[in-house]
Amino acid sequence: MNAPGMDGTSQPPLLEVRDVHQVYRLPRERLFAPRPSVQALAGVSFTLHRGRSLGIVGESGSGKSTLARLVMALEHPSAGQVRFEGRDLAALDAGALRRARAGFQMVFQDPYGSLDPRRKVLQTVAEPLAVLHGAGRAEQRERAAEALDAVGLRSADLDKYPHEFSGGQRQRIAIARALITRPQLIVADEPVSALDVSVQAQVLNLMQDLQDRFGVTYLFISHDLAVVDLVCDEVIVLQQGRIVEQGAPEQLFHAPQHPYTQRLLAAVPGRGAVAAA
Amino acid sequence: MSDLLAVSDLRVTLATSRGPADALREIGFSMARGDTVGLIGESGCGKSMTALALMGLLPEGARVSGSIRLQDQELVGLPESEYCRVRGNRIGMVFQEPMTALNPLHTIGRQIGESLRLHKGLSGPAARAQALRLLERVQLPQAAQRLDAYPHQLSGGQRQRVVIAIALACGPDLLVADEPTTALDVTIQREVLDLIRELVREDGMGLLLISHDLGVMADTVQRLLVMYGGTVVESGPTAAVFERLAHPYSRGLFAARPRIGLPRGTRLATIPGRVPELADLPLGCPFADRCALVVDECRRALPALDEVGPGHAVRCIRWKDVAKA
Repeated sequence: MNAPGMDGTSQPPLLEVRDVHQVYRLPRERLFAPRPSVQALAGVSFTLHRGRSLGIVGESGSGKSTLARLVMALEHPSAGQVRFEGRDLAALDAGALRRARAGFQMVFQDPYGSLDPRRKVLQTVAEPLAVLHGAGRAEQRERAAEALDAVGLRSADLDKYPHEFSGGQRQRIAIARALITRPQLIVADEPVSALDVSVQAQVLNLMQDLQDRFGVTYLFISHDLAVVDLVCDEVIVLQQGRIVEQGAPEQLFHAPQHPYTQRLLAAVPGRGAVAAA
Repeated sequence: MSDLLAVSDLRVTLATSRGPADALREIGFSMARGDTVGLIGESGCGKSMTALALMGLLPEGARVSGSIRLQDQELVGLPESEYCRVRGNRIGMVFQEPMTALNPLHTIGRQIGESLRLHKGLSGPAARAQALRLLERVQLPQAAQRLDAYPHQLSGGQRQRVVIAIALACGPDLLVADEPTTALDVTIQREVLDLIRELVREDGMGLLLISHDLGVMADTVQRLLVMYGGTVVESGPTAAVFERLAHPYSRGLFAARPRIGLPRGTRLATIPGRVPELADLPLGCPFADRCALVVDECRRALPALDEVGPGHAVRCIRWKDVAKA
């Protein structure tokens, strides 16, 4: 187990996002008109230390998913830097970036859309290993079985197809796929929003167990404040591409300072009635 | 009869590859004008199927028995041509995903006017004028300019307001809203729920709200029906259900929900096992396989609804032990 935050002083932080801007150019509206643009992120900075969990909350269009894509190096920022283990991801050449990718993996929202229905679980789960390390068949199978075991599935499940699993099991498969390269960082973009309440609880418990066992670091994107409060050590509130508030969840959710955070909290349904019961 | 809607012993049988299977069993509830009733449950519990049964929109080959009375009219067995006069006219519907509920090729003014022309025989200009009043009622900003807008020009919350305007167009007696805010951000969700509540109060309609969200229910409805495995396992006044949680499933659902203020790292209570398929329900209590209190008798037959408080009933033979567990 990692001692959270202890190694932040001696080593560079696991993830450092420095003054990141992201501007998307939109198609022209008229032939000679200049191309309009939209600023998805405007000067976002934060640091994430090993073994910690950072939550990103905000509404649609706040820039949450853009931030996830930048951290995953699926896009490069228009300005600013994303540094993973001290290295600027945009400055790495293709080979170095590919090797670095083993260190950060992603879990997506919809386990019905993120697994290829024509591939067996083995192929899906072991794919990052084959691509990143060129691992042989036997090693792939062994590591995939280990990953499935870590998420509470059986090695017999390796030869099944996604349609044979429930939503919660599928999300476990997606998590196993993210775990197989033994990453330090997992970016989870709304990992439980598509799941039912009772299944959501199982997946959230699993994600916390994995953190305890392997010291995984989470960048946890969610619109659900209660989920973020449960899982994260620190929370960032994004509004229109800017960080409007940042802090520990107990402080942020009990004494929100920014009007937008206050509005988000006030809108959580059933706060009085359900909390009291 | 004073009831606006009375459902009794509703059963829906689906044709599956293994023969007929009961997807809904022994569903009964009633509501008066102005009542707000919530159907809560997880995917596959039959809540949307119940709504579809009310609206006569069940899949091909589904058999319905029992009774659904809307005021004095029996809806079970009603021919399709007559159902068309009920749907969109006396029962208004709001669906989950406003982008798919609206036709992308028609202006919103035209879509709101459609049911007015169809059901009320209004002329084009009269329907348009009424559509404008409806858009103002659902508080769409710049309603007059928006009449000629297409759905893609509106935000998610605005589109859902348009869908609500369509549902209200003919002044329905009953509004059925199936997960109306699930696709929306929390602040927009709050606005849309407030709007629905206000409209229901003003018009004195009945509201049947379907949702998986306990918080939404607590804020919006007076009575709550908890559904599991194709039947109602607990029903009662919302506050009483939340306070008592008389059915083991209600209890499990409630405990599994993350709440703001739980200490970081708290493990949530989970319900072991998985939801039974609607097409393949067990003979007895559908929750038996996942229940900590299960005894042999649970599996023999579907338990009857037992009264546990005023207007509060639970379908569990061991409900007296639930509170102790």
